[in-house]
This record gives sequence, C-alpha cells and structure tokens, in this order.
Amino acid sequence: MIGWIDTVIQGVLLGGLYALFAVGLSLIFGIMRLVNLAHGDLIVLAAFVILVISRALGLNIFVALVLAAPILFGIGYALQHFLLNRTLGRDILPPLLVTFGLSIIVQNGLLEAFSADSRRLDADALETASIALGGGLAVGVMPLMTLVSAVAVIFALNYLFYRLPLGRAFRATSDDPEIAQLMGVDNRRIFALAMGLAMVVTAIAALYLGTRATFDPSIGPARLLYAFEAVIIGGLGSLWGTLAGGVIIGLAQTIGAHINPEWQILAGHVAFLVVLVLRPRGLFPRAVD
Amino acid sequence: MLLYGPHMLDAPGGRSDFRVMLEIRQLSKSFGSLRAVDNVDLVVERRAALGIVGPNGAGKSTLFNLITGDLRPDAGTVRLDHRDITAATPYERSRAGIARTYQVPQPFENLTVFENLLVGAVYAQGRREHEITDFCAEILERTHLMRRADSPAGSLTLLERKRLELARALATGPKLLLLDEIAGGLTEGECQELIETIRLIHAAGTTIVWIEHIVHALLAVVGRLIVLDFGRMIAQGEPQVVMRSAEVREIYMGIEA
Repeated sequence: MIGWIDTVIQGVLLGGLYALFAVGLSLIFGIMRLVNLAHGDLIVLAAFVILVISRALGLNIFVALVLAAPILFGIGYALQHFLLNRTLGRDILPPLLVTFGLSIIVQNGLLEAFSADSRRLDADALETASIALGGGLAVGVMPLMTLVSAVAVIFALNYLFYRLPLGRAFRATSDDPEIAQLMGVDNRRIFALAMGLAMVVTAIAALYLGTRATFDPSIGPARLLYAFEAVIIGGLGSLWGTLAGGVIIGLAQTIGAHINPEWQILAGHVAFLVVLVLRPRGLFPRAVD
Repeated sequence: MLLYGPHMLDAPGGRSDFRVMLEIRQLSKSFGSLRAVDNVDLVVERRAALGIVGPNGAGKSTLFNLITGDLRPDAGTVRLDHRDITAATPYERSRAGIARTYQVPQPFENLTVFENLLVGAVYAQGRREHEITDFCAEILERTHLMRRADSPAGSLTLLERKRLELARALATGPKLLLLDEIAGGLTEGECQELIETIRLIHAAGTTIVWIEHIVHALLAVVGRLIVLDFGRMIAQGEPQVVMRSAEVREIYMGIEA
C-alpha cells in the first residue's frame, strides 16, 4: 500500500517536470500558432547554458539559473526576431520545417561544443534532501520544488495573461493577429517577447531536468514528445490543463514502472492515446477557437 | 510652438494644408486583372465626415484596406496629417491615429469587452493602463456596452458586436475613423441610435469616412459623398446632389432609389 501511495506521489511530482517542459511549447503555440519542433533541444541548450555558467563562475545552479534566464530570453527573442517571424504566415509548413532544421542544428552544435558525454547539474545537498511525511513515506526536496516551480510559473503566466497589458496583447494577437495590428500591437515584437519568455520557462525546466537525471545533446526530441503529450492532454490554450497533462503522463509513467520497470515510457504514451480517444480536444479545451 | 500649436488647426487664416487629415494621391491596387482601386485621388479635411457609396465590388473596402495598411498599393501615396504613411505598417498607422471597423465585426472573442478596448487604448495610444481606464469606461457608456463590460466578447449578440466594433475603434483614440457598413443588419431603431452615436463622435472632433449601403443613415451624418464604381471615383460632392445624379441612379437602380 505504502508502495502505491509513494508511486502516486512520485508520479505527481514528475508531472511537474513534464508540465515545465510543456508550458513553453504551449505558450508559443497558443500565441503564434507555431509548433516549435526544436523545443526539446532548446531545453537541452538551456541546461548546457546553466551548466557552463555554474562551472565557469563556480556558482550554485540556482544562481546560475538567474544569470542564464536573461541570456536565454535574449536567445529566444533573437531567434524569433531574426528567424521564426519570417516563417509565420497562413501556411503552417514553413515553421515546422524551419524548427525541425533548428532542432538538428542545435543538437549538432551542442554535440560539437560539448561532446556526447552525459552531464549533470549539481544541486549539492538539495539533491539528496527529503521531507519525511510519516508512515515511512518521504518526498525528495528537488522533485517537490519541481512541482512547486511548475505551479508558480503557471500562476505567474496567468497573472501576466489576465492582468497585465502585455498579456492582453498576447491574447489579442492569439485571437486575431491582423486585428491586433489595427489596435496598435506590433505582432512581431509580441512574438519575439513571447519566445523570450518561453525560453525563460525552458531554463527553469532545464534546471530540474539536469538535476533529476543526466543529459546529453541527443535527448531533446524525447522531451519534446512528453511536452507535446502534456499540452494535448490538457487542451490547447490552457496552462492549468497543461499541468494536468504533465501530471497524467508522470502518474502513468510511475504507475507503469511500479508494475513493471519496462513499462514506464510505454505507460505514459498509452495514457496519452487513451485521453486522445476519449477527449480529442483535451481535458480543458478553450471555449472559443 | 506658437506656429504649430493646435490653435492653428482651426484658424480660418491658417495654412490651408493644416486642414487636411487624409490625402490620397493616384492610389491603385489590382488583384490579377481586376483593378480594385484605380487611380483614386481623395482629400478628406480635418473634422469632415465623408460618405462612400458604390455597388458591391466597387473597391470600397479595398480602399479602406489600403488606408489602414492591410494591403499595400501598387501605386500612389497615402498621407495622414501630412505624413506619408504609404510604407507604414498597420500598427504604425493605428498609432498614427487611424481606426477602422469591419463590416463583419471581428472582436477578440477570448477577451472581455473591456479588455477588447484596453488593448487598443494601451498599444495604439501608447498610454499606461491606469491612465485610460476611465476613458475606456466612458466609451462603453457611450456605446451602451457597460452592462457587458466583463462578458467575453465571443458571447455578444450581433448588435452588441457592432457596438463593440465601434467602441474598440474609438479606444485607439483615432483622428480618422473608417466605418465599413456599420449600419448593415440593424433594425431601424438601432440604426437611429447608431447615427446619434456617430454624430457625437464626429461632433467631438473625429474625422470620419463611412462606407454604407443604408443611404439614409449615411446622409444623416456626412457632409460630402463620393461614389466608387469599378475602382474609380465617378462622382463626388454635396450628398443630396450626388445621390440624385445620373451615375448614381444608374448604379442604384433596383437597389435603393
């Protein structure tokens, strides 16, 4: 029994990581209808940026994250401004092709720069710290912080979307980019800001990715897949739905692994397919599309 | 300061070109072999209200699209307030003071009515949100939408959508307001109300260009009328006179006398 409760708790916490992977993807798709196939690789890129900063300056990874965030914001802004904005239009194929190419470029660039060795982000004492819940149950501090961070990120983004002028511009542009321009909104700048913001979320995801397990330049596409599944389970356009989607995949994986360790990854994908069959538009679809 | 102050704008002896809000010169736009707008010259004076009539496909909406920047002209220039905006983007033109309503209202459906106004007020006017909250509330009052301020725009009725289309354009604080068949589909009573609202907007100093098939609504507001057909301006002048002209009677025969 304890084993099962532990499995569920671990699954929910793991869901926080998948939600963090997915939020950046969801943000970009929601605002500019851009499916970013390089998202997983950008998460890995962010992990390397944090790694380099923390190694070079001898900093704690959380401090390194604070320094990495503006750099990644800049990378995201520039990427959108100089490259991805040129691909947006009525045809959805160009952004798919360009981000697919970008994925290959990022992977190979990282391979060239850092080799195929597995890396880790070192969270020092926090890595092994845990909180006892009584009854022989305990939760790790890092997994707990992952979920808390995911919730905090979603709270912050929802505040931005529904309370601040920039967020309203995001939503207006998402609704109708041409009309938004007639309201004085510079879409391309809005898109660049959104991509910068998504990269900051990506950096947070990368920190927890890098402390939870090892990473190397090749693992991006699998993270993209989890992120996609979480977004689609949740329903496009709802960040809380994305969190729910992440938690469902996390739960399915840990429960699958509890039954048979070989079933972990498979169980996550099966859960995704089940939701797709039962609720094709996801659990929390947008009211108006 | 003194030379270019706002007092100059209405001064009878002021430089005449201060009186021009919109100046279109030799504007042309073709779609394939169709000349949608064909070498049109048009000057709209500051604070004027100009009506545009013409059959469907005459190029009226294309002309608006060229003014707002949704379309780029093949030839010709557009000047707003003496600034050449021919190469400007739609958002730059919006910030310069051009607003437009669409024939089929296109609200931001996932935003509330009030938020629909805030976007334009903040971005087109470049103001901070707390500075324009009252301004937006006033527009909602004037357009009878206050009751629906917090409703998602997607839930509005057709009449409310038409009102929101107008309210949202006003929220950008326009110098020049382009109305595209805003009276279509309204009942007679609703139409009268709309005419009153537009009169008030005009009286407050906004320059208006109005495309409309409901001719009596148009004539209740505009001081000058132009007629477009096949992308060309075929008549212009005093509204009553233009409506009685042979060209217009021919076009409107069977549609509206």
